[in-house]
Amino acid sequence: MAEHFVLDRVSFAYGAKLAVDGVSLALSPGRFYGLVGPNGCGKSTLLDLLMANRVPASGTIRLNDRPLGDYGRRELARHLALVPQDFTINFAFTTLEVVLMGRHPYLPRFGAVSAADLAIAEAAMAAIGIESFRDRYVTELSGGEKQRVVVARALAQATPVLMLDEATSNLDIGHALGIFRVARARVEERGDTVIAVVHNLNLAAAFCDELIFMNQGRLAACGPTRETLTPETVQAVFGVASQVRQDAFSEALQVSFRYGS
Amino acid sequence: MSKPSTPLHSGRALFLAAVLLPALVAAVVVSTGMGFIHVTPAEVVRVVAARLSGDRSLVAGLDQVIPYVIMDVRLPRILTAALVGGGLAVCGVVFQGILLNPLADPYTLGISSGAAFGASLALVLNITVLGHGAVPLCAFLGALATLAVVLSLSSFDGQMSANTLILSGVIVGAILAAGISFMKYLADEQVAMIIYWLMGSFASKSWTDVGLALAALAVGLLVAVYYGRDLNIMSLGGRSSDSLGVETARVRKILLITASLTAAVCVSVSGIIGFIGLIVPHWMRFLVGPDNRRLAVLSALAGALLLLVADTVTRAVLPAEVPIGVLTALIGGPFFCYIFRRRQRGMIHG
Repeated sequence: MAEHFVLDRVSFAYGAKLAVDGVSLALSPGRFYGLVGPNGCGKSTLLDLLMANRVPASGTIRLNDRPLGDYGRRELARHLALVPQDFTINFAFTTLEVVLMGRHPYLPRFGAVSAADLAIAEAAMAAIGIESFRDRYVTELSGGEKQRVVVARALAQATPVLMLDEATSNLDIGHALGIFRVARARVEERGDTVIAVVHNLNLAAAFCDELIFMNQGRLAACGPTRETLTPETVQAVFGVASQVRQDAFSEALQVSFRYGS
Repeated sequence: MSKPSTPLHSGRALFLAAVLLPALVAAVVVSTGMGFIHVTPAEVVRVVAARLSGDRSLVAGLDQVIPYVIMDVRLPRILTAALVGGGLAVCGVVFQGILLNPLADPYTLGISSGAAFGASLALVLNITVLGHGAVPLCAFLGALATLAVVLSLSSFDGQMSANTLILSGVIVGAILAAGISFMKYLADEQVAMIIYWLMGSFASKSWTDVGLALAALAVGLLVAVYYGRDLNIMSLGGRSSDSLGVETARVRKILLITASLTAAVCVSVSGIIGFIGLIVPHWMRFLVGPDNRRLAVLSALAGALLLLVADTVTRAVLPAEVPIGVLTALIGGPFFCYIFRRRQRGMIHG
């Protein structure tokens, strides 16, 4: 299915503070998008608008030529999955139970989980490498482990669009790479769209087809990674001097910073 | 490290249901026989069967007074106690699930204070328009008014956060508690009646009370089970549950209002009975895990059994009747401490 978003002059404000300011954007299927920008620049809010968790104050968002607001919650949950930045797990559900919650949009109200649902959940856990804590209580897992459980839950949702809101912020580099590789594979193999808020510019450069730079609620730059990731953009958005070059070892564009003042 | 997995949890839930349901039926039959006039369980069954089937030969040879004692005095009280216990426990499950707070119970939103205020007002002003119905009705109206105030205080932009709900409940509850104290201060001979009502009682309950409590429990339980899976997912936080296809704001409102109404009816019928709505959900969660569908059903059974046993103890075992609210707190409190300690230790070692 070709999932595409079209945003037209979308704005959103918390009270008087404008968080997203006139963003127009078209997102095509089968691409890995990196959403980058300084803290508080509106990345998470933009993701919430795309998820229909928030409604734009002005402007329109269309998903597959239909206004986002026309979709029901359940229907939307079969199109879009989100790995939130902050998540709470207060009750002692097992890892498997939490991952199976990803199948909720497909289950009839009183229907039980089918063998197919279970297989999808198991596959998602295997992809993230958390099979070993299948039966452990999520309340007893470490922060990083919990985060991987939440990623597996979003994978089990099997949606054509996957949004990651700093999904790897609690993870060590090994597990962070693992999750980005799984997301990348979904783009390559299934033609899914991934929209990821990423703080680490080098991870973004290595995995994303396109970068969306945001600053103070506005789009600062947007387009293929090779064209947008430049010292000028980094300077304009983050106010940091940098050098961008093709790195032989990582086989990707990499950014280096001057650490002294 | 082997941990109980999901199949084990659901197996344990079935086992527990298979134990609790017969135990509840047995407790109803046995406790109906207990009291000043002793009746054997077999005779209890005969009397009930005779009433249900209309076959008078079943009660042949029994004292004339026994059917009256069973059908008009004891059974209404016993069934009301069981149904209220079940209702409060189900409400506790819902409130703990929505508010994501282990200390939440059916009274967290001030339902009890509102009902107590309404009942006290009726007692102080000596409202007797509706005879016996005046106090429960005023209690119910008080609870409804409190719910309306708490919900409107805590909604903003159509959103209600757990913390603002709890805070609003605490604030409104504190204001009402002051009002109740003032009424006690003003009241003369009604003070004893207010205190008596506040501690809860199942004495002289009628079949009307049974009907009300049954309706409240049925509605509360149905809604809790219907939205049980949504409630499970909502415990992961609103942003997650929205993205998993749950209409979080709507479901939260429906569950809050239904559970509050159930609690309001329970309180109006019986007065304020604490601890059932707090400990039973914890106890069941400890045994069968946090799935709210299982939890609601099992808590209803366990709450019914627990309150029935407590009421029977105060009615027929103790030499003098102790207020039921006091008894549940006296038994429930230490028991809760015990579970809590065991769980803490289990967490450290596990």
